[in-house]
Formats: sequence, structure tokens, C-alpha cells
Amino acid sequence: MSNHDNSEHHVISVGFYSLIGITLLIFTGITYFAATVNLGQANIVVALAIATFKATLVVLFFMHVKYTSEKMTRATIVGALFFLMLLLALSMADFATRSWT
Amino acid sequence: MSDSPAATATHGLELRHHFATEGQQRDSATLGMWLFLVTEIMFFGGMFCAYLLYRTRHFNEFAAGSRSLDTWLGGVNTAVLLVSSWTMAMAVRSAQLGKRKLLCLFLVLTMIFGATFLGVKAVEYHAKFVEHHVPGPYFDFKQEVKAGETPLPINLHTMQMFFSVYFAMTGMHALHMVIGLGLMTYLLIKSARGAYSPKYYTPVEMAGLYWHFVDIVWIYLFPLLYLIDVHK
Repeated sequence: MSNHDNSEHHVISVGFYSLIGITLLIFTGITYFAATVNLGQANIVVALAIATFKATLVVLFFMHVKYTSEKMTRATIVGALFFLMLLLALSMADFATRSWT
Repeated sequence: MSDSPAATATHGLELRHHFATEGQQRDSATLGMWLFLVTEIMFFGGMFCAYLLYRTRHFNEFAAGSRSLDTWLGGVNTAVLLVSSWTMAMAVRSAQLGKRKLLCLFLVLTMIFGATFLGVKAVEYHAKFVEHHVPGPYFDFKQEVKAGETPLPINLHTMQMFFSVYFAMTGMHALHMVIGLGLMTYLLIKSARGAYSPKYYTPVEMAGLYWHFVDIVWIYLFPLLYLIDVHK
């Protein structure tokens, strides 16, 4: 919790915000076209990878996490993702190893 | 509220007396908002977990249900929401620069796009009610099968699971949008009265974080619900 004196707000240019916005729209299109190609099991992996890329852009630039000086904010986000993965992974592990038919 | 008049006079909203610097106050607010968003991540995470389990267990039903959704409307709504995130980011930027009229304009635009999203969602929900796709005693489902395609082997009972997940997830997302529109209305009234300045715009920034979070949830919902099995 240091360096508060340096944390004057960072103003991002209109052009850069627009670039992020357009990238998000383009990747929405890519999501759709990726879904029309039959990749079998890999379809969901591709869809989630693109969604995660888009979410990362939103978090870093629209939500200004890239420019935050507060390390606790980043630790909080990483912690949240860790526990979300724990929830999904352990639930699926239970599901996959049950002896139901 | 326990501020003495003298303290209130020297400490405005931009620097309350328990913070050392404006930067510290802003960082504290951001951290607090992110902690709230963590609870939101876990809340939606539970539903994504249910989705994952049932999708794995009843893939045919999820694929057939996904095909019955309007991909075109879902895609347009995704674009509408992404544009609203851009206008929200621009609203925060306008607040940072102290441009009051621009701030109001971008808040109004964000509300218009948010309302458009909800309107399209209402049209989609209406279609689902008309087609009896809502889980319950009147549930019915007929697969749309293109020429030369064999229908997926589905069970009508587990078919309802897809629509339960669909309505739970999109419904909670829509509720968050409605709350977001309420926040925007509050911000619009306050900014029109000149409550925010480059020194103090924390509420605009925090509402922005909330709005972008709701956008991120939809970024995942769109491919997971609408695009399960569009290929072939």
C-alpha cells in the first residue's frame, strides 16, 4: 500500500478506447465464425479462449487495472480467479469420478 | 456524519479526513469495489459451474436448446453491450477531464444501449414463452431439423434443464443490467448538477467497473448459451 502519491489518474485517449472497442467487436465476430467450424471438443475451448481474451481487454483497459498503482487490487482479482477455478475444477473432478452411469 | 463543521469545511468528498491523500482514497474505493465484484464473480461462478456440469451430462439437450435460440439477436446484443462498455469508459474519461456535458451525454448513451439490450432480451424471452420453452407444466420442445439432418436424441425432461440454466443465467444478468440502469440514472442526475470534478468522480468510476463486469459476464454467456452447436 505504498506510492499513493504517484497514483494520479491515468487518462486514456479516445483513440485507444476505440481501438479496444473495435477489437472487442471483431472478436465477437470471430467467436461466431469459430463456432460454425466443426472442431469437435475443441469448439468450447476456442470459444472460452476468445471470451477470456475479450474479458482480459475489458479488465485491463476499460476497468483501468493496467494503470492501477494499488497491488492489492491485482491480488484480489488473481485470488478471485483462483477460487473460481477451484470451484469449477473440483466440481468437475467430483463429477468425472463418480460411478453413475 | 460526525465531522465537526471545521473538519467538513476542510475535507470535501475528494479527500475525506481519514485518508492521507486523494490517491489513497481513490485506491481504497477501487479495492473495495473489486472486493464486491469478487463476490459477484463467485455468484455467477456458481451458475457457470451448474452450466458446465449439466452441459457435460446432457450435451444433446444443451445442443438442441442452444439451436433454438436466436443467434442473430444474441450477437447483436453482444455488440450493443460492448458498445455500451465503450460509452461507459468514455463517460469515466469525460469525468476525469471535468467535461460535464460530455459526461452526461455518454451516460445517456450508455443507458440507451443498456435499454436496447434489455429490449432485445424481452423480445427473445417473449418468443420462448410463445414456443412453450419455459420450464414448467406447459413445457414443450420440438427440434428444428434441417433437411438431411438427423434430430438429436433428446429427453424432454432433461431438456428443461437447458432452459432452466438459460433463464437463470440470462435473467440474473438482465437483473444486473436493470440495477446498472438505476445507477446510471443516479449518476446522470448528480452529474447534471455538477457533483463530479476531476478531483472527485469516484461514483462514476465505480459504476463503470460494475457495468464492465456485467459486460464480461455476457461475453461468456453469448458463446456458452447461443453457440453450443451451430456448426454443420
